[in-house]
Amino acid sequence: MSKFKKEIMAMILAGGQGSRLKEMTHKIAKPAVPFGGKYRIIDFALSNCANSEIDTVGILTQYEPYVLNSHIGIGSPWDLDRQHGGVRVLPPYYNRSGGRWYKGTANAIYENISFIDRYEPEYILILSGDHIYNMDYAKMLAFHKKKKAEVTIAVKEVTFEEAQRFGILSSDESDRIYDFEEKPKNPKSTMASMGIYIFNWALLREALIEDENNPDSKNDFGKNIIPKLVNENADVFSYEYSGYWRDVGTVESLWEANMDLLNPESDLDLFNPKWKIYSANTISPPQYIAPQANVEKSIVNDGCIIKGSVKNSIISTKVKIGANSVIESSVIMPDAVIEDGVHLYKTIVMSGVVVKDNTVVKGNDKEVILVTGE
Amino acid sequence: MNELMGIINLSASTEKLKSLTEIRTIGSIPIGGRYRVIDFILSNMVNSGMSNIAICTQGKARSLYDHVGSGKYWDLDRKKDGLYYFHPEASSIDIVQKKGDIEIFNSMLGFIKGSKQEYVLLTRSYMVCNVDFLPMLEYHKETGADITVLYKRMNNHVRRFIDCDTVNIDENDSIISIGKNLGKKKFYNVSLEMYIMKRELLVELIEESIHLGDVDFLKQAIFKQIGELDIKGFAFEGYLACINSIQNYYKANMDMLLPEVQEELFHSDALIYTKIKDEPSTFYADDSYTSNALVSSGCIIEGVVENSVLSRGVHVKKGAIVRNSVIMQNCEIGETANINYMILDKNVDVSEKRVFNGDVEHPFVIAKNSKV
Repeated sequence: MSKFKKEIMAMILAGGQGSRLKEMTHKIAKPAVPFGGKYRIIDFALSNCANSEIDTVGILTQYEPYVLNSHIGIGSPWDLDRQHGGVRVLPPYYNRSGGRWYKGTANAIYENISFIDRYEPEYILILSGDHIYNMDYAKMLAFHKKKKAEVTIAVKEVTFEEAQRFGILSSDESDRIYDFEEKPKNPKSTMASMGIYIFNWALLREALIEDENNPDSKNDFGKNIIPKLVNENADVFSYEYSGYWRDVGTVESLWEANMDLLNPESDLDLFNPKWKIYSANTISPPQYIAPQANVEKSIVNDGCIIKGSVKNSIISTKVKIGANSVIESSVIMPDAVIEDGVHLYKTIVMSGVVVKDNTVVKGNDKEVILVTGE
Repeated sequence: MNELMGIINLSASTEKLKSLTEIRTIGSIPIGGRYRVIDFILSNMVNSGMSNIAICTQGKARSLYDHVGSGKYWDLDRKKDGLYYFHPEASSIDIVQKKGDIEIFNSMLGFIKGSKQEYVLLTRSYMVCNVDFLPMLEYHKETGADITVLYKRMNNHVRRFIDCDTVNIDENDSIISIGKNLGKKKFYNVSLEMYIMKRELLVELIEESIHLGDVDFLKQAIFKQIGELDIKGFAFEGYLACINSIQNYYKANMDMLLPEVQEELFHSDALIYTKIKDEPSTFYADDSYTSNALVSSGCIIEGVVENSVLSRGVHVKKGAIVRNSVIMQNCEIGETANINYMILDKNVDVSEKRVFNGDVEHPFVIAKNSKV
């Protein structure tokens, strides 16, 4: 056994733009979008890896990678600065046969086969960098081994309406999957794929090479790799997950997931000392709540100076909120400055935006307003 | 600026800090919510471009090693230079009351001689301020002084710097005598106990003191040279606190609630660095009330917090009232408990309905890990 050998390693797909997040992803990739006061979305997948004792992680980047790259650095916040393994950012690259962009999720892994082979893993965990959840992958791996599966897909029950947005699968009593459809118009079940897969590496390696050689393939896990393996009767099992999980693909769902942090009934717990979510910490003093301020049912992070009224809101690192301003049901991203006499309701204020004196922005039941500063 | 090395000397009298220092050095007392006292001097040095820094510890230094560690958070885990620790074999009582600190400096002579910087900055750990040492070094070079001492002119701070060294300065900024502040004068120059001199001079002073055996403290060796060497004073104009008593510790924390002090200490370009803890953001519950408070991350506020400084992970439960207090890491204030003018050391658990009242001049300290 080589000293580099790992039983399992993770590959996080973080190259997507996330265009439904509008201006929020004009300059940064979706996994780098700020969340919950002090995090970026990818912190959840990375912290889950750290907490599940997975110490070898590749991150596949492509779209606007600068902020994401500097956030990940050498992986120290997640204890992934290791001699053996650790975290590697894997952008598309140039080689003898030319340079090319990642064509799809499966192609991104295909292009990095030699990186993975270096660690000779038995299993490979494929993750998305844009989901908010706390999940112990070690338990999923135990399930995968117990079932003697070749592929295990984490699944979650969704509503019938939601089912049309996901990969929907059907499994028998032994959890063996016999049908898989990507974004079906008429879903046959409400079990949605969470985009979290464990593969036996030898099997996936072969499937990726085969997929690459198929000119008709979109080189995508949900559209090509998984349906093909299910159709070929591979041992594909579903692993049902009942905890908090959210794909924050739209402005509304990002706002809702932030609001879940304020709901004591929600399963999303950031205060669990046994399952900390790690992030790159900024150098900021404690937050200062001024004498005339009022803060209720809210989350406030380091470095903030609050002089106004804050209710039902998420206030991120180094935000300033001026006197006589009222912030309600809003998410204020890092370094934003809310001047005096501002009234915000149901908004997301993007990082670093200055909201001038006496501005009033109000969303409504149906719509969350994104304040871009333009 | 790699011509200045730093030595932070932690040996100091802790008599007036009582329970706060029974378990730790002055440098590792939590302050201002998320900081430790030593963060200020360490960050000041790093912000002044210094990268070769020695810390002379004393007594119960475990918490200091735990906090500063390899110096990573100050960018001091370097291949060239970086952070060095020296720990005396003598007990802290010996150092403060009997033998002095000259022996510690003697034990680090090899390190001092082997360093490549031309100048050395000697400091203590207990001065809280945001100072740039570059202008002081420039002044030292321009005047050609042998030793330059940083001081602050005090107007009317009668009670704040008791027991601190004072310096008397003539019209040419030369130091003509030193003294101790007994709290009787309205105007005085308090010494920040920060000295710049040539590294070679420091070596000479240490070797001579050991040879003659006439002084116990390096400070005495320096001030013995008044009249012999050219010792100049350099004025510091910024905010200053000295953590040498419970009262001064309490007042320094309360000062940090003032916007102008916050601006100078925490929001300038010269940041104060500290160890990172990965706490979530602080949660303020429905019906909680917070006013004039410095709150660190990881807290849960369900009650009332006024005029107070909270460290990380503090939980103020429903109906509890915390006023005019300094609450350290992971304390829990039970439902409807009432805390006023108190200092709660780490992990204190206040039961529900309990009432504790200190006094603004005599804030009361509850020791670490107590259940009250």
